[in-house]
Amino acid sequence: MASTDSSLVLLEADRLALQVGERWLCCEFSLRLAAGECLVLLGPNGAGKTTLLHTLAGLRAPTVGSVRLGGRPYADWDSLAAARFRGLLAQQQPDHFSASVLQTTLIGRHPHLGRWGWESAEDVAVAQAALTEVGLAELAGRDVLSLSGGERQRVSIATLLTQAPRLFLLDEPTNHLDLHYQIAVLELFARLRRQGHGIVMVLHDINLATRFADHVILLDGKGGVLAGTRDDVLQPDHLSRAFEHPIRRLDVDGRTLFIPD
Amino acid sequence: MPGRTSSGYVIAGLVLAGACALAWALAAGDLPIGLGEVFDALFRGAEGMAADVVRELRLPRAVAVFVCGGLLALAGALMQVLLRNPLADPYVLGVSGGAAVGALAAMLAGASSWAVDGAAFGGALAAMLVVFGLAHGDGSWTQTRLLLTGVIVAAGCGAAVTLMLSLATDTRLQSMLFWLMGDASGASRPWPALAVLGAGLVVVLPFARDLNVLARGEATATALGVRVQRLRYLLYVLASLLTAAAVTLVGSVGFVGLIVPHVVRFAIGNDQRLLLPAALLAGGTLLTFADTAARTVMAPVQLPVGVLTALIGVPVFLFLLSRNPR
Repeated sequence: MASTDSSLVLLEADRLALQVGERWLCCEFSLRLAAGECLVLLGPNGAGKTTLLHTLAGLRAPTVGSVRLGGRPYADWDSLAAARFRGLLAQQQPDHFSASVLQTTLIGRHPHLGRWGWESAEDVAVAQAALTEVGLAELAGRDVLSLSGGERQRVSIATLLTQAPRLFLLDEPTNHLDLHYQIAVLELFARLRRQGHGIVMVLHDINLATRFADHVILLDGKGGVLAGTRDDVLQPDHLSRAFEHPIRRLDVDGRTLFIPD
Repeated sequence: MPGRTSSGYVIAGLVLAGACALAWALAAGDLPIGLGEVFDALFRGAEGMAADVVRELRLPRAVAVFVCGGLLALAGALMQVLLRNPLADPYVLGVSGGAAVGALAAMLAGASSWAVDGAAFGGALAAMLVVFGLAHGDGSWTQTRLLLTGVIVAAGCGAAVTLMLSLATDTRLQSMLFWLMGDASGASRPWPALAVLGAGLVVVLPFARDLNVLARGEATATALGVRVQRLRYLLYVLASLLTAAAVTLVGSVGFVGLIVPHVVRFAIGNDQRLLLPAALLAGGTLLTFADTAARTVMAPVQLPVGVLTALIGVPVFLFLLSRNPR
């Protein structure tokens, strides 16, 4: 994933390999993500997409190789400074205690506040703007426990926007979302990408990956990794092999679609 | 989100309520003493029987009960965050069971009250270390594993307690049962526990916003810059120590540690920066009112304080639950 200006590289992984238990999830591979780029991780269930994403987020150490955020290994980052640079949308969003939507969204300001800091009017404005972005401005006062799955996912996305990182790591951002919000959310991150943010996301929908990715990493669940530009990786034979299901490519109205046979 | 100013009002209101509870606890009893005399006894070094009753009998007990309520409510709030489970209470991980085994073993051996206190605290710490070690076993330390380990250790302690009760002589049995029910009348040394309570609050308050973040799940909290594992160890050790201090002081008073954090959460929300000090004050206030009522409403009969906290708390809790459909 070449970028000519190395000062803009947000995330690098060098000869990365991950092992969970006895199983190798991916053989050694490298990646570079520059500002303004979108990388999509694709692969079948259990292939290790989330593990890879969490490794890239610095939540777990790679078995082999190294990960550098903004040119520095995670060990050299202060945890709060790292949280201002990269944000993670996790797959599971547990809510066990009631709290208002606005209050939950404001949690994203945590790395921007000092130890004794209290959210200011500006922080509240940031959170409200984020809620507006995901169409939840009207629900700011509602209890998160009363929301639907899709609305909770949008609260999580608003929390991440409130965190305002340079690099977004998204684990299935379209989870629980209806068609309208799937596109709206991905368009939102595409807009952030054009503003110079970096995006790494796990997606299940090959057609959404086709539409939004610059680069794709395809995991086959057996340790094989195919990394490259969208057009190199998203080929019917590669996809069929990874998903162990025949996948056909259709070109309709100038758009490329992949459908299972 | 409660702002800083409104949070200040909530805390000020609770401090006032706590002061009222303590004043009533010092004034009420077989020998009614006016508030003016209570004030003189406390702050002007008045002489005489009324002053001695206030200083020597009622003050240690009132402080002990207030501190015990505060410790249990704070420990309960921390356990609920640690286990991310609204049903968690300070006793769920076996700390009180360990304390009971220690205290009853000391009583069975005919030890002095100091030794019983020491054995209770030692038993609580032993239970805490056993649960910590076993739950940590494979390094995963998940909530479920921690909870299951704690519940099993508590069950083992319960069996040991039953065994000791069946071995005890009749004279000792009475005091052992009283210890198990929670008995404030013997609490004459509240000051070490008060120090534990103050230290606990001072240690946890700087991390209060981290606890808010932890509620979003481990991965999200780590990505937001919270050092999750360190925070969970801190929570576990702190909640266990607070519980151990409370149980050593008064015994296993039920209900306060489970219900008070919930009542406070209903009233002011789940922001831990406000919830933790508010739960502490509310727990202390509730237990002080309950204990004073327990020793005065049916005087000279003294009711177990745990019964009264439940009688007051259950309807209040159910009312709040039904009022908050949200």
